[in-house]
Amino acid sequence: MAERSFAKEVQDLRIGAGETFRGEGILAVTKALLQSGVAYVGGYQGAPISHLMDVLGDAQQQGILDEWGVHFESSASEAAAAAMLAASVNYPLRGAVTWKSPVGTNVASDALANLSSGGVKGGALVIVGEDYGEGSSIMQERTHAFAMKSQLWLLDPRPNLESIVAAVEHGFALSEASRTPVMLELRIRACHVYGEFTAKANRTPSPTLAEALAQPIQDTTRITLPPVAFQHEQEKVASRWPDAVSYIREHHLNEVFQGAGGDVGLVLQGGLYNSVIRALQLLGLADAEGATPLPLYVMNVTYPLVDDELVAFCADKRAVLMVEEGQPDFLEQALHSILRKAGVATRVEGKGLLPAAGEYTPFALEEGVAGFLVAHGGPDLQPGPAGSKRLDPVAAEAGARLQGVVPERPAGFCTGCPERPLFGAIKLLQQELGEFHVSCDIGCHLFSILPPFHVGNTTMGYGLGAAGSAAFNVPSGRRKVLSVMGDGGFWHNGLTSGIGNAVFNKSDNVIVIIDNGYSSATGGQDLLSSAAHNPARSTGNPIENAVRGVGVSWVRTVPWTYDVGQVRDVLRDALASEEHGPKVVIAQSECMLNKQRREKPRIRARVREGKRAVRQRFGVDADVCTGDRACMRLSGCPSLTLADNPDPLREQPVTQVVDSCVGCGYCGEVAHAAVLCPSFYRADVVHNPSLFERAVDRLRQRAIDWLATRAVTVERPT
Amino acid sequence: MSGARISVAITAMGGQGGGVLSDWILQVAEGAGWTVQTTSVPGVAQRTGATIYSVELCPPRDGGPRPVLGLMPVPGDVDICLAAELMEAGRAIQRGLVTPDRTLLIASTHRDFAIEEKVALGDGRKDATAVLDAAGQAAQRLIAFDMEALAREHGSVISAVLLGVLAGSGGLPFPRDAYEAAIRAAGKGVDASLAAFAAGLARAGGDVPPAARRPRPDEIELPHGLREQVAVGYVEPLRSTVTLGVARLLDYQDEEYAALYLRRLEPFVDLDDAGQPLAVEIARHLALWMAFEDTFRVADLKSRPGRMARIRVEVGAGDHDLLRVTEFMHPRLDELVDSLPEPWGHRVRDWPWLRALAGSFVGRGRRIATHTVTGYLQLWLLAHGRRWRRETPRYAREQAAMEAWLDRLLEAARIDPGLATEMARCQALVRGYGDTHDRGEGAFTRILQRAVDLVGAPDAAATVAGLREAALADEQGTRLGEVLVTLDRKPKPAAA
Repeated sequence: MAERSFAKEVQDLRIGAGETFRGEGILAVTKALLQSGVAYVGGYQGAPISHLMDVLGDAQQQGILDEWGVHFESSASEAAAAAMLAASVNYPLRGAVTWKSPVGTNVASDALANLSSGGVKGGALVIVGEDYGEGSSIMQERTHAFAMKSQLWLLDPRPNLESIVAAVEHGFALSEASRTPVMLELRIRACHVYGEFTAKANRTPSPTLAEALAQPIQDTTRITLPPVAFQHEQEKVASRWPDAVSYIREHHLNEVFQGAGGDVGLVLQGGLYNSVIRALQLLGLADAEGATPLPLYVMNVTYPLVDDELVAFCADKRAVLMVEEGQPDFLEQALHSILRKAGVATRVEGKGLLPAAGEYTPFALEEGVAGFLVAHGGPDLQPGPAGSKRLDPVAAEAGARLQGVVPERPAGFCTGCPERPLFGAIKLLQQELGEFHVSCDIGCHLFSILPPFHVGNTTMGYGLGAAGSAAFNVPSGRRKVLSVMGDGGFWHNGLTSGIGNAVFNKSDNVIVIIDNGYSSATGGQDLLSSAAHNPARSTGNPIENAVRGVGVSWVRTVPWTYDVGQVRDVLRDALASEEHGPKVVIAQSECMLNKQRREKPRIRARVREGKRAVRQRFGVDADVCTGDRACMRLSGCPSLTLADNPDPLREQPVTQVVDSCVGCGYCGEVAHAAVLCPSFYRADVVHNPSLFERAVDRLRQRAIDWLATRAVTVERPT
Repeated sequence: MSGARISVAITAMGGQGGGVLSDWILQVAEGAGWTVQTTSVPGVAQRTGATIYSVELCPPRDGGPRPVLGLMPVPGDVDICLAAELMEAGRAIQRGLVTPDRTLLIASTHRDFAIEEKVALGDGRKDATAVLDAAGQAAQRLIAFDMEALAREHGSVISAVLLGVLAGSGGLPFPRDAYEAAIRAAGKGVDASLAAFAAGLARAGGDVPPAARRPRPDEIELPHGLREQVAVGYVEPLRSTVTLGVARLLDYQDEEYAALYLRRLEPFVDLDDAGQPLAVEIARHLALWMAFEDTFRVADLKSRPGRMARIRVEVGAGDHDLLRVTEFMHPRLDELVDSLPEPWGHRVRDWPWLRALAGSFVGRGRRIATHTVTGYLQLWLLAHGRRWRRETPRYAREQAAMEAWLDRLLEAARIDPGLATEMARCQALVRGYGDTHDRGEGAFTRILQRAVDLVGAPDAAATVAGLREAALADEQGTRLGEVLVTLDRKPKPAAA
């Protein structure tokens, strides 16, 4: 069960032709898939398309996908998802897969390259969520390069629901017309943009997967093995590419807005359209509906380019500005090449006026476009005075004064996260044994490198935590290397690339696998080893079995990571062990975000119904706390925070536990393990206690009150 | 050019319900026939980190093409900014999302401290007043109060209060019942959300958060004798501090101990000339030191009669709920030795068999269930140990160290009161328990030793203040060590 439920929203996927569909971008994509008669869908979660996977999962659970005969899988990895598109090679089946890009495309590229080489018969669509710019959690790269190297087509539609839906539908048709897989790129915000479009009826795939299987088709010319591999390359340039260009041209996938038809214009990626219009609005050059005197050529397809369209747009202009986000400037280079080859002398501006790298916010675009118009625009195309660049000086000064006041607020472990005690234990162990090398992975656990833990040296990719320490497979005296891997990364590839690799190469290093029951960083999707029952998937397959299955003999499972002392002891044992072969520690405790999502409403309901329920949380005695905050340097929990010292003699703030505390137990355990202060207490609030409990409590209370008053009268000065 | 478009930015931290808030606004506006677009940045970056939601609204129109709406708020182009925490309001101002020509800033003044503020060894809290000042300056209109507290009061979340304030502010042209209908339609925690919404709406006028309540010295009743002594012997501001100090030590031990405090202060009182803070600082730090946190003190504080009632309020336990409280104690052998009256303290330390026996009782984490009679009794008995506090090794050690400190202070004060003040302030480095306490004590001792050599040097006070700051730079005392080494390289000043 994922972090966010779309159970309600997916009902709208059933609406019929002519009705208005309202919702987020990812829901629109799903509806478009059904309208296109898709036969199968797969993918691997990761922002910004995690929610697309969640929508598909919920649509599957609600039986909606079955209604239209659509098969959906949560693929084991992006490579697995891409390979799934093999069903469209021999059969006229439409298939779609999705993942986070470019990281997912990196993983998928083996299958994608094979698919692109042999080509497809049925429409094959790859929906990539481009994780670039603000909010991104990965390296800043472009998916564009993959399109170029494998010659598969890249759509980058305008970020409104109508354009996105049209891109899905045309994507399949373009794929079929050019026998080439197509990538549909959605930027972060486009995935979650709310809007509306007029729906069409959903279509049952024809043929269905079962019908296709009933009549197997074999065509070895579609399999990439020399000599046909050489033919594939020729096919790409001789027929598939020209066919794609024809389709794009005939169906006007790229849009030209002529405006007032002046002698300067903008060429832009479709995905940037709204931001460009906003920049023009701020410059006084566009109205609310986006009408602008400036001619625009909007590339809803950014690969391949349609040379003659570009030549036609540019030929009568003195200068154009190529608005292309990210680097290198593939499109700008291509535009130069196309115009020069056509003998068109139009001046091409681009990264010289716009930022060479980084997100193209309306703010950045405004400056670039204004610079372009000042240099090349006529008198009627000059930027107006209302631009945001002339930010109010008072506001600018107020902002400047906050330099150093407003703290950084990076992402971090959630309240009660079971990974906190693991890194607390590693920190304590480093204090005890001295620093040792820690190879990290991708996932929430990578927050370990941030304060307060500062644990970790490198990360090389999802599931590659253990592989990232492979070189250090040498005798090194007392210290060994510790690698961290999440259960998500483990099942993605870590079992082979990390564990199997370590066994085969006789590594003695220590690998910690965090088994929290979900692919947590991507939104709490289920995994092979998830404890939860999922009717559509096989869960409950223990990681320990898999690890032992590939030949690890030293395996320890810590069933409750909050026991910091135990985690520390097990890790110490692992690091000290003389036994040969990798030492694998499986740290188990359920992802708190998901646990609370389930437990909180359950407890609330029990309390409401008058049933017994216990709520735990921690607290700090402010008069015992001396404000040293040693606890925080081992925690960083959002619910463990600061408060003014109630003691007028002291200046330092005290520690305070706020109501968001979920009573995970870490504060108490770490106070023990690290011998911290005695100011922590755990409060168990028993709602609707039994009569017996009440009676016992009354007796206890009476005795304690009697003792307490004794303390006062004897000791207090009168 | 923006025409009637209204741009709303919500700056919050992941988990604060910014998405719910933008959904509510969407429902309200769409219900009134407006064109609305919302976007957010999803993903792992939201896990407790700063994040931003964008909502754009366009009034109803008669057909024609849909307006083109933005995907992110633009500096200088925001009509309403909703900040779910004070520093997030500051971040919005830094990003230019709050401008005096048009922005209504609705900000909660509560603080959710960032990790860098929490882990600082000193007081790392950022300047809240600076943000409020900047907000007043940058916003066209500012509504700021502790919305988190109001939400908690109504058992709801801050997004509901923010929506209420938004509705009450008149920043959007929608009636109250439209907002309430949106909350009802969302269908989750409706009653609590409605209550918090109404409370936020009622307080859209904004108000000033009340200052935290601390006991005032003039409210403290001292026993006869001590009261006169303090009243006659001290003038303000020293009198207030001494009153607090005497009260602390009465609470800690007894009248005799409080009298000892006053005797120790005596030599410094006359030195307090020309408004020097010396005596005040010594009075403050001496009181804190004399009330050192030993096992008896902790047990005493944890077995006080009012504690359970206080915890009940803190954890939000209702009158009909039972409260169970567990303490996490980790007594070490050293602490046991320190808590035994002599000669038993030394015997446990020096006699191997006794040491082994005692060791089997301590050195591991213990949970004490204070709500049970046996649990409470353990604390109660331990609290009563303060009867023999004066006979314990810890007491002897602390008093000797205090006396030595006071001697040095007096010596320094005669020549350089500023230096003595800084030396007094160094006592604050000693805090916490266990290793933390030992490390603080180590830093304190190192600085004090160095300070003695500085008596008579022109910049002695500043040097000691610098050393104290260095001691707060890191836990292991690395920075302090570095600064001390640099100091040693300089030629030593001639002793005065």
